This record gives sequence, C-alpha cells and structure tokens, in this order.
Amino acid sequence: MADSTYIPRAASAVSRGLPAAIPTVTPPARHSALVRITHWITTVCFFCLLVSGVEIVISHPRFYWGETGNDLTPTLFKLPIPASRDLVPTGYRYVLPDENGWSRYLHFQSAWVVIFIGMLYVVRGLFSGHFRKDLFPDGADLSWRTVGKIIGSHLRLQRPSEAESSSYNVVQRLTYLFVIFVLFPFVIWTGLAMSPAFVSAVPAAVNVLGGQQSARTLHFGVSLALVIFLLVHVGMVWLAGFRSRMRAMITGRMITGRASTRTDLI
Amino acid sequence: MSELSPRKLSRRKLITTGLAAAAGVGGLAVAARIADKYGLVPPDHGGFYGLGATMTYAAQRLLTRHSLAREFPRSMISKPPFANEVAPPSDAFKRLQAGGFADWRLTVTGMVARPASFSLDQLKSYTTQSQITMVQCEEGWSYIAEWIGVPLFRVLQAVEVHPDARYAVYFSMEPDWWDSIDMADALHPQTFLTYGMNGDILPVASGGPLRLRVPRQIGYKSVKYLTHLTLTDDLKKFGKGLGSASPESGYSWYAGI
Repeated sequence: MADSTYIPRAASAVSRGLPAAIPTVTPPARHSALVRITHWITTVCFFCLLVSGVEIVISHPRFYWGETGNDLTPTLFKLPIPASRDLVPTGYRYVLPDENGWSRYLHFQSAWVVIFIGMLYVVRGLFSGHFRKDLFPDGADLSWRTVGKIIGSHLRLQRPSEAESSSYNVVQRLTYLFVIFVLFPFVIWTGLAMSPAFVSAVPAAVNVLGGQQSARTLHFGVSLALVIFLLVHVGMVWLAGFRSRMRAMITGRMITGRASTRTDLI
Repeated sequence: MSELSPRKLSRRKLITTGLAAAAGVGGLAVAARIADKYGLVPPDHGGFYGLGATMTYAAQRLLTRHSLAREFPRSMISKPPFANEVAPPSDAFKRLQAGGFADWRLTVTGMVARPASFSLDQLKSYTTQSQITMVQCEEGWSYIAEWIGVPLFRVLQAVEVHPDARYAVYFSMEPDWWDSIDMADALHPQTFLTYGMNGDILPVASGGPLRLRVPRQIGYKSVKYLTHLTLTDDLKKFGKGLGSASPESGYSWYAGI
C-alpha cells in the first residue's frame, strides 16, 4: 500500500538532511508505470472491441441457446434494433450498412493486443506484489458491514476521503479482481468458443458452455457486464475528482502538498 | 528501494524498457521470417489489420493443422434446413440447371501432373462420404446439416498435386466469387466437394450442384456453385493478390474465427 512505501521515503529524506515537509519531495507513484501503460492500452483495445462488437451484433441481433440458431429457429431474446442484413426479420423497414469486414479484423486484432497486454500485466502484477498489496483485500475489511458502508456512501454519491485516494477500498479491490480474473478470462474463453477452428482443436471449450450459440450469447452477456463496469468505473472517477484521478493514471502522481493527505495516511 | 533515488530508478527502468523494446522489435522481425517460411503468413497480411490477421492465422494453423471439426449426431441436424440468400442465378447457370446439371464440370488445373475436368457423375464415382457439421456465418447465425460428397484430397490425389503447391484457389460459376485455402485445409479429411445434403441432392439454395465445404472455417469460405479449382504456390497472381474475393470486399482471407 502507498503508506508503507511513503513513510520510509519521508524518513530517508530527513536522514539526508532535507526538510521533510517541503512539497517538492516526489511522492510515491499512485500507479506504477506498468499499470498506467497497460491501463491505457487496454482502454483503447476495449473501445475498439466494443465498437466492432456492436457492429458485428447488429448484423444478426438475435440470440439463441444451444448449438445452432438462425432466422428459422426460436430466439432466447432479440435486441429491438434494425439489422445490417435484410435477411434478419427485425420489424424495421431499413437495413443498416454492413460493416462486418473491418469490424471482424479490428475485433480480433484488438483481442490479440489486449491478451498480450493482459498477460504482461498479470505476470508483472504477480511478481511485483501489485495484486497482493493493491488488490487482494485485507481480511479485516472482508465483512458485509464494511462492504455495505462503502456501497451506501457510493449510492449517496459521497466524495471519497483523501485517505481513499491513495489505496483501494475493499469494494474496489473485489471489483477489480472480479474484472481481471473472472470477466476478462471469460470473455476471451466465450470468444474463442465461437471459433470453428479453435474448437476443432479444443472441443471442450464450446461443449461445456452448452454449444456455439450459447457461447455467443454468453460472450454478449459478459461484454455487457464489462460495459456496466466501465460506466460505473468512469462514474466513480468523475465523482472522486476527474482531474486528479486522470492525472494519477497518466502521470502516476497525486496532487501534492496537502497536509491532510499525510496525516490520513499515517 | 529507499537507497535508490527516483531519478536513478527511472533511468534504470528507461534502459531496461528500451532494451526490452529493441529485443521485441528484433524478435518480431525474426518471427516474421520464420512464420513466412512455415506458411504462417496469410495473403492479406499487409495494412493496418495485418498483424491481427497474421496472429490469428499463425496461431490457429499451429494449433489446428490436423484437428477435426466437431461432428454431430443425426438428431441435431437443423430442421428445416437453413439456406442463406444468394443473388439470382446467371443465365449460364440457368442453362446448366435446365439440363439437370449433366454438363456441369469441375476443372482442376495449375500445379498438378494431370489437369482434369470432372462431371458430377465422375465425382460421385469416388466413394461417397458424409459429415454432419455446422455452418457458421460471420453474422452470427448457424445451422447443422449432413454434407455428402467426396473429400477434396481424393481428387487432388487423382490429379497429383505438385509438392511445391501451397494453395488451392477455387471459383464459383457466379461472378466475383472465389476463394482459396492453404494445403493444410485442402488436404484436410473434412474438406469436401459436396453434392448432397441431408440424404438428398444438394439444393441450389445451399450451393448445389457442387459446393466446397471447409467446416473449420466460417461459412463464406464454403463457396457455392464450384466450377474451377487450381493449385498454386503464389496467390499474388489471382485478383488483387489478397488470396480471395473476401479481402477485396474487406473480409479476412483466413476465417477460422
């Protein structure tokens, strides 16, 4: 956590004979360079995957369960939008332009980039202690009371305290862990389960999901969960102070020189 | 940690990052040469999406060279069968259709010892095989059908493919409809010259009288109304050199995903 690295550095500043309180002392980075770089590359990839994914969905906005599904079979649900192919019965009189070519190219290219970036992040996170220090929740915080309190303050749209600026609370930790270790692997898995070549080599990848159309429906569902996470995430950044949080994720630094931050930390 | 000043730390980081980046770029260049040597680079590798297209093709080719597409029990055949819409047939097609496709020919040329022209009856004289596999459209829909025909490799054995051939390029009777596959797919036991479906002849709506089935790739690789197939070591000679009509209209050449 930030406080454990901050205090020895302040102490070493004193030992070198520098006044401890001057605001020019470089504070510890809120986010490491690797976290910042992987965060923003993932952001770009996520945006590309989202736009291209929406484009692919509108060519057939019908969802099924099981192995197969087409215009002649019943749906699990359908999206109330026009399609980009006139074959699909949508109830709308117009057909959107077909943009699947570049959408599929972009979707898979972004997926490759995000897989490599994700592996880099996870491997580095394991070795650097990022997961242990910044994301795994403290045992003492793992109570419904604490979680309820945090969610309650979020729902009342309260600004987080200065103390919360330098470390994640238990709800944040659990959410990020869920996104990193559950949603991202599952969206990759359900995506690969739709690939006829991939499942020829690994048939279990699609069979355990209940079929190729089930995989497609689940892929849509997980993507929706990731979009909801994105909206809440950006909403919370806005609430906590858009400029300072963006600054922290771009430069790594929090806004310095606030005495209250330090006392809260200690 | 506390012994190092932030400045020293960042310089060390900068150097290691720079070295890692240089190694990465060098590694990529070597990887590209090896990939090309082992046929892991698709013909549409140029341009902005070339990296992703190459990664997908190379990874799947390494993983799936011999793997078999999933086959399903007869009870899972989609009823009623689904047929994607096609453009109205050309006059030439209609003339052959009026004659019961008796004059339909599949010509096989290029890097083969004995170029040949097969009638449907000649193709049917090979041992008939069938597979119950899924057709998946890039749009998202799918269906399962029984596909009846002869594996392409039987015909390729008959014409004796030159060992240097790298791709099979195949053409529909309908204009601007052609595609190609590498030899791993061309010689794959489930790549079929299909003339029957669900225990009957292959309906025109489903690609009859002759359709190439490539079940490990998305539906658009399974070209309908097949009349010509040629073996080559260089896809640059065909169309815009991107391997098939698909990349010319923005779709990837390799469609295993």
